[in-house]
Amino acid sequence: MKRLQLWLGIALVAGVVLTAAVSLVWTPFDPIRVVPGQRLLPPGWPHLLGTDGFGIDIVSRLMVGARLCLLVGVISVSLAAAVGVPLGILAGQAGGWVDEVVMRLSDVVYAIPAVLLAILLAAGFGASTVTAMVAIGVATIPAFARVARAGTLQVMASDFVLAARSSGTSPLATAGRHVLPNVAPLVGVQASVTFALAILAEAALSYLGLGTPPPTPTWGTMLRDAQSYVYTDPLQALWPGLAIALAVLGFNLLGDGLRDHLDPRLREVS
Amino acid sequence: MSVLARQVARRLGIFAVTLLGASVLIFAITSALPGDLAQVMLGLDASPEALAALRAELGLDRPLPLRYLAWVGGMLGGDFGISRLSGYPVLQLMAPRFAVTGWLVLFGMIGALLIAVPAGMVAALKRRHWQGFAVNALAQVGMAIPVFWGGILLVSLVAVRLRWLPANGYVPLSQDPAGWASHLVLPALTLSLVQGAVLIRYVRSAFVEVLDEDYYRTARAIGWRPAPALLRHGLRNAAMSLVTVLGLQLSAVLVGAIVVEQVFALPGLGTLLLTAVQQRDLLLVQGTVMFLVLAVLAVNALVDFSYLAIDPRQRTGESR
Repeated sequence: MKRLQLWLGIALVAGVVLTAAVSLVWTPFDPIRVVPGQRLLPPGWPHLLGTDGFGIDIVSRLMVGARLCLLVGVISVSLAAAVGVPLGILAGQAGGWVDEVVMRLSDVVYAIPAVLLAILLAAGFGASTVTAMVAIGVATIPAFARVARAGTLQVMASDFVLAARSSGTSPLATAGRHVLPNVAPLVGVQASVTFALAILAEAALSYLGLGTPPPTPTWGTMLRDAQSYVYTDPLQALWPGLAIALAVLGFNLLGDGLRDHLDPRLREVS
Repeated sequence: MSVLARQVARRLGIFAVTLLGASVLIFAITSALPGDLAQVMLGLDASPEALAALRAELGLDRPLPLRYLAWVGGMLGGDFGISRLSGYPVLQLMAPRFAVTGWLVLFGMIGALLIAVPAGMVAALKRRHWQGFAVNALAQVGMAIPVFWGGILLVSLVAVRLRWLPANGYVPLSQDPAGWASHLVLPALTLSLVQGAVLIRYVRSAFVEVLDEDYYRTARAIGWRPAPALLRHGLRNAAMSLVTVLGLQLSAVLVGAIVVEQVFALPGLGTLLLTAVQQRDLLLVQGTVMFLVLAVLAVNALVDFSYLAIDPRQRTGESR
């Protein structure tokens, strides 16, 4: 069962990555050019899932959409981890007032969810892929900081760190040699789960018109367009939603599977 | 100072500091823009007189810290500023819309609990059987569904195909209670389904912990059936983790409500906020976001206080 979860996650994630990679060199049709004569074709041949309200092949748009979903995920998760993990380790190692300051700051950021942060950024700077990525990345920093801090506290209490410290290893060296390697698996799990959250947030922002502007196809904007046809052509809304759900499911399963794989004891409690 | 008073004071302090920090962040993002804010708000073809007037009105001639203090000071006195486009006070614009979002969040939360508590209990009790596996699988699928897609699917099924409920719009409760209810069912159900799926795993792990406790084993040993034993002895203990999770999930539900409002064209705070963003009505954006953050933080502070009510151990300061 545990194995199944992990492998299903890997398969789904690999599917999204592969789709995005293929779309870089080949899509069945032009994913952007409007074809007025072919609007809202039903699924069939050669348009496997039909065409949208602009006459564009849906499969092609979905394939290109995978690219943006991965791009936003990779950038925002990297940003969050690059800032959050060092801060968390610092808080866990230093303790005292440093810990207090870092955790209070993380509370402040945590109080503003990603979508609200993106709305603020869009109000100030105008909506774009960049504001969406920054908002999601910054809003998920606290999650990484907390995970890294909790892991650091655990490692710091261990005998090997005590030995290292008493033999004069500097805090920085301790962080690099002992803390980071032990915290890394936790961070990996967090990254996978956050990736899923990032995909959902990006889709929501695109749907609200606060993400990547047209004509770049994203799954969120495809759903936004499809909603206009909910009375006449409800199938339109099926495909992009399914794409988002499968990608999110993949990263969530991967995260859970990794967690069980790394620490089987955790399965019973969490 | 007693332990209880110290706990309350510390929590209130954290609440105040976090709120202050959030206000600085919100102000900084919307106000510390490069370039001329008045130009941004009025557009490039604005006359110099109009620009000067707006700058004076916004106090742009003053330094940033002073503007921040004026904004925060006004909010402390209940003045969130004036919406530039409509000319109405921000608070007056938010008031009628707050009801819509408030109902949506409330019913969404209740619905999520009604789904998650029974499902989570089944998942815990039957965790080594196919029923438990099925609940987990359903929860995973539910968690992966974007809330707006869920809304669109429900609309196309229940409103368009079956014609049971209206697809969008809103009627105030005071005008027409039946119409109000029928317009809220689908949006609230959408939120409940997605949030319920997220909650299931927390409910499950809370009850799984109870299953390992001595008091549960004793209850089973003296002849209680599993489900009643879990309800009678486990619920209060599980409530601790549940209340925490509900507090943490509130911001997710609120964001979900903002998105769901767009699916169903509900005139709530989310719609107000998004319109304000499109019109670059910055004071309205700042005020609404600040209000939403305040609501989330206040509820989380209340959650922390509720531990003291739920768990007597916390009142005496004994470690758990």
